[in-house]
Amino acid sequence: MADGKTPKGLAVLLERLGTRVFRMVEDLGGIFRLFLQCAVWTFRPPSEIRNIVKQMEEVGIHSLPVVLVTATFTGMVIALQSFSGFQRFQATSFVGSVVALSITRELGPVFAGLMVSGRVGASMAAELGTMKVTEQIDALVTLATNPVKYLVVPRVVASTLVLPVLVIFADLVGILGGYFVSVYLLGANPYVYTEKTFQYLELRDIYTGLAKAAVFGFLIALISCYHGFIAEGGAEGVGRATTRAVVASSMMVLVSDYFMTSFMF
Amino acid sequence: MIEIRGLCKRFGKNVVLDGVDLDVPRGKNTVVIGGSGTGKSVLIKCVVGLLRADAGQIRIDGEDVTSMDERELVRVRRKFGMLFQGSALFDSMNVGDNVAFSLRRLHNYPERQVRDVVGERLAMVGLRDIQHLMPAELSGGMKKRVGLARAIASEPEILLYDEPTTGLDPIMADVINDLIISLRESLGVTSISITHDMASAYKIADQIAMLYKGRIVEVGTPERIRASENPVVSQFVEGRAQGPITAEHEEFIRFVRRTDDAGAPGGE
Repeated sequence: MADGKTPKGLAVLLERLGTRVFRMVEDLGGIFRLFLQCAVWTFRPPSEIRNIVKQMEEVGIHSLPVVLVTATFTGMVIALQSFSGFQRFQATSFVGSVVALSITRELGPVFAGLMVSGRVGASMAAELGTMKVTEQIDALVTLATNPVKYLVVPRVVASTLVLPVLVIFADLVGILGGYFVSVYLLGANPYVYTEKTFQYLELRDIYTGLAKAAVFGFLIALISCYHGFIAEGGAEGVGRATTRAVVASSMMVLVSDYFMTSFMF
Repeated sequence: MIEIRGLCKRFGKNVVLDGVDLDVPRGKNTVVIGGSGTGKSVLIKCVVGLLRADAGQIRIDGEDVTSMDERELVRVRRKFGMLFQGSALFDSMNVGDNVAFSLRRLHNYPERQVRDVVGERLAMVGLRDIQHLMPAELSGGMKKRVGLARAIASEPEILLYDEPTTGLDPIMADVINDLIISLRESLGVTSISITHDMASAYKIADQIAMLYKGRIVEVGTPERIRASENPVVSQFVEGRAQGPITAEHEEFIRFVRRTDDAGAPGGE
């Protein structure tokens, strides 16, 4: 402090809170700016189609195993839980409907989003952060290449396109997981179960889930790239950027999920 | 020809460049010397547009880059090649793809020709048949040379060297010096190097400028700088521990200690 006084108690608390708020507002502004730059550079030549395909492979194919395992077990556990709950009022025949609806509308997209923000968000932030601190991003600029166009656009586009595809698989294996538990472990009638699964399921449930997934993919890539881009201070800075990227993008998945749900249904 | 006039750049309250004036003549190598943290890197990053100047002008062939938008800058940057301190090779690509980067992105050469040009550029920096290696497999000196090959791949008119010899052994440092000289002679490029390695500065410079406290305090031929009367310049080029630069530094440290004792430092 310039005046030589040491701030105490409440003042320190307020100062920390203020710094936090400032940083949050700064981040929001930065992310929005990155989004605008992204929007502009996506449509300027030359096309980044090769990079987009490469990123789709990275985001899609490499995340598929994780997403499939999570979705299968989610489907299985919902079947177990709803079976034991519904047993109390003799409604076990509805387990199939509950599994199908909750997976397609909510849990498929959300869990895929969370897994992808952990896997892909972390790797994007770490990769771009390392490029930033080792001046590779500056090198791109001096080689007359816009780093947003070359690095961010392919990641955001790929991730937005690929997440819905991942969710289609997640929906499928989630429902199969529920079927497996109900029919083979809990002894439900396979015909009744299948019928109940599709009785209340509408196409709308599936495509709203996929729309959510696209938004999640977009947010995860944008936020993670932003945190990678602003990384500074060597290996420690990259670590910090990665943590922030994962925390922020998984939080945004859940927050945006609530608002989208409230608009869509 | 690069003309820098009244260039200012600050980060927060920290004024790094405070009115830099410098002329970089065409086809010559200008070396900017100065201690660590005096803003040498900031200076060349402003020239190539990696950092935005707060005030002043940088005219490259008469065009002021400080007032350009991002699209115009991309066009002007095609004139530049830059060698980074840590080489900044793209570590997701092999050496060949690194060198070919700007060729593929800018010129749309046919692929066959790209391979020939890459081989030729690598030969210019004394490397052969290493296109398939990844940057992680190279030594520091080789990385610098690959970085140089990448910088000259698209035949820039202006080359910027950020501490080209730092972190290399004396022999490898001299190899890089010779390369810088031969590039100037064979390609006729205009270049700015920043360094605090005086042996290298004397060897490669046509003109040396000393940056101190955000300003250029003296410009001249290597001979003139070596014999400079300016106490700041002579302390630096002779590498003496006693002199005006360190006196001020010690003063500053005492000042920091005093304020430290008086109260807890603010911020993080």
